[in-house]
Amino acid sequence: MSLADATWTGPLAVRPTFRGAFSRLYLSEMRLTLRRRRNVALLGVLAVVPVFIGIAVKISTPHNGDGPDFIGQVSNNGLFLVFTALTVALPLFLPLVIGVVSGDSIAGEAGGGTLRYLLTVPVTRGRLLAVKTLGVASYTAIGVLIVTGVGLVLGGILFGLHDVILLSGDTVSLGNGLLRTLLVAAYVTVALFGLAAGGVFVSTLTENAIAAMATTIGLAVFSALLDAVPQLRRIHGVLLTHNWLGFGELLRGQVDRAALLRWSALHLAYAAVFLSLAWARLTTKDVTS
Amino acid sequence: MTASTAGASLLTADSPAATPLAVRTRGLTRRFGTQTAVDAVDLEVPRGAVYGFLGPNGCGKTTTIRMLLGLLAADAGEIELLGRPMPADLGSVLPRVGALIEGPAFHLYLSGWDNLRRLDSCDRTADPKTSRDRIGEALARVGLTAASSKRYRQYSLGMKQRLGLAAALLQPRDLLVLDEPTNGLDPQGTREVRHLVRELASDGTTVLVSSHLLAEIEQVATHVGIMSAGVLLRQGTLKEVLSEGTEIVRITTPDVELVTLCLQRLGLADVRLALDDEVTARLGDVPVEDVVREVVHADARVRGFVTARPDLEDLFVALTGEGFDVAR
Ligand SMILES: Nc1ncnc2c1ncn2[C@@H]1O[C@H](COP(=O)(O)OP(=O)(O)O)[C@@H](O)[C@H]1O
Ligand SMILES: [Mg+2]
Repeated sequence: MSLADATWTGPLAVRPTFRGAFSRLYLSEMRLTLRRRRNVALLGVLAVVPVFIGIAVKISTPHNGDGPDFIGQVSNNGLFLVFTALTVALPLFLPLVIGVVSGDSIAGEAGGGTLRYLLTVPVTRGRLLAVKTLGVASYTAIGVLIVTGVGLVLGGILFGLHDVILLSGDTVSLGNGLLRTLLVAAYVTVALFGLAAGGVFVSTLTENAIAAMATTIGLAVFSALLDAVPQLRRIHGVLLTHNWLGFGELLRGQVDRAALLRWSALHLAYAAVFLSLAWARLTTKDVTS
Repeated sequence: MTASTAGASLLTADSPAATPLAVRTRGLTRRFGTQTAVDAVDLEVPRGAVYGFLGPNGCGKTTTIRMLLGLLAADAGEIELLGRPMPADLGSVLPRVGALIEGPAFHLYLSGWDNLRRLDSCDRTADPKTSRDRIGEALARVGLTAASSKRYRQYSLGMKQRLGLAAALLQPRDLLVLDEPTNGLDPQGTREVRHLVRELASDGTTVLVSSHLLAEIEQVATHVGIMSAGVLLRQGTLKEVLSEGTEIVRITTPDVELVTLCLQRLGLADVRLALDDEVTARLGDVPVEDVVREVVHADARVRGFVTARPDLEDLFVALTGEGFDVAR
């Protein structure tokens, strides 16, 4: 074996890169995330949300009027378990889960020392940010899909799936209702990207993963807090969390597409800003851990 | 303590073409606040060398290594690794460099094998088809085959260190940068690492190995660099650096005053009364036989006459005026 001889004199021979290297990196990242018991447990927490609501509705006498918009409909149509579960999960459970995973994304590697070994493999800093972001985004999508999927299946079992009476009073077929459900899940996922990207940014700031998680969850809490102050009505529209529940728009006869696009664009803009900050930070960061 | 570097005179590497250097820095400097952790270091590691990078804890070895590998930005100076500028060419250089930096670090909840697979999956220059074989070979090479399916959390310190070495060996490397690779290893493990380093070096891999343990290095190194308080005091081949510490003559005699006069007359440096009945001095260019003749002619009674070359440790103490303790 002669390692150096073949490569030395003259300029360094560049080792070829393999096709599909990035997907390999991405799969490795997902395996790492999903093999971690904590992360699986968090997905379990999300699955419990529709289960809990479903059972509560099943054993209680239905009465309309209080609780989230959709809960009164659940006993008539299992599909509404999905919307109810998302409404319940959005202010607290989803931000919690996303905060943990996104806050941990880079800070966890830094704190554990594995970041220095990733960077010397080398995974260049740009690729690292890309794969961490994609990983967190995928995990976010999985979380939303779990709430949606469990809600749908359990709702179907407990209450049956029927044609859907929309918020506007129109009735649409079950097929149409399922399509709308899919769009709801997609909207919620995109809406959460802003927070997820915020978590990735925070994660580049520290080696302390717990602090990064807390700060990320704090971002969502702080935004919700501002959203609750009537005097700040002028800025409510651009708050990180303000339009999360805007998915209700998809359950009207006349869907305001412009509004949905506007809100989605806002969430993606949040993500873009956070990721730019993360990039600026990560590419200049001294790795001393 | 002198801060002047004799390195330039020891190496003919001002033109890199003549002596290809695997690592070359110029004026490499890094400050933390007001402290200059690495101070204008001109590191020169020739291709094929086993370079012992020596210095007490806290002298700046790890900081230097982090800058070499693009983890830490330098405040001043230039770095070339394998003939390429760093960190500019990091993406093409580092696949050819294996590194162990300030101890191993892996995911606690993954097995040794899965940790290596994780790193291999991250390497875009690693062939996925050979991944399994290479991981197996790397583990075998450090003697971890039997423990490969154990969780990293359950590894002993020595096993962790071995896994770190295995990670550095996942691919054929032109350069290995090993920061204190024997930390936490038992004597047997230390011997194995030494053996491994020799074996790799004989394959043509350049090895830069840092340590605060001199004895370890002296046995494997072809070259050494001695660092203290951020300054590279000496570097060159082991022989060159050692020969710089000139021979010492040690004379045991009841007539210490007489002998002292003789030595001073001959122009020996550092003439000192080491013990009540022992005088030492640096021999310099004076032939030993002249010293003997002079002392005998003076009619001094001599009970013992010894010349000794300092080992690395003596040299280090002479250079830095301190033992191998934490410098700051
Ligand atoms: N991240 C850091 N922040 C501040 N000081 C540091 C940092 N890293 C290292 N130092 C200081 O720089 C000096 C050199 O440290 P280091 O390179 O780790 O030494 P060595 O590896 O030779 O033991 C030490 O005094 C250490 O305290
Ligand atoms: Mg160190």
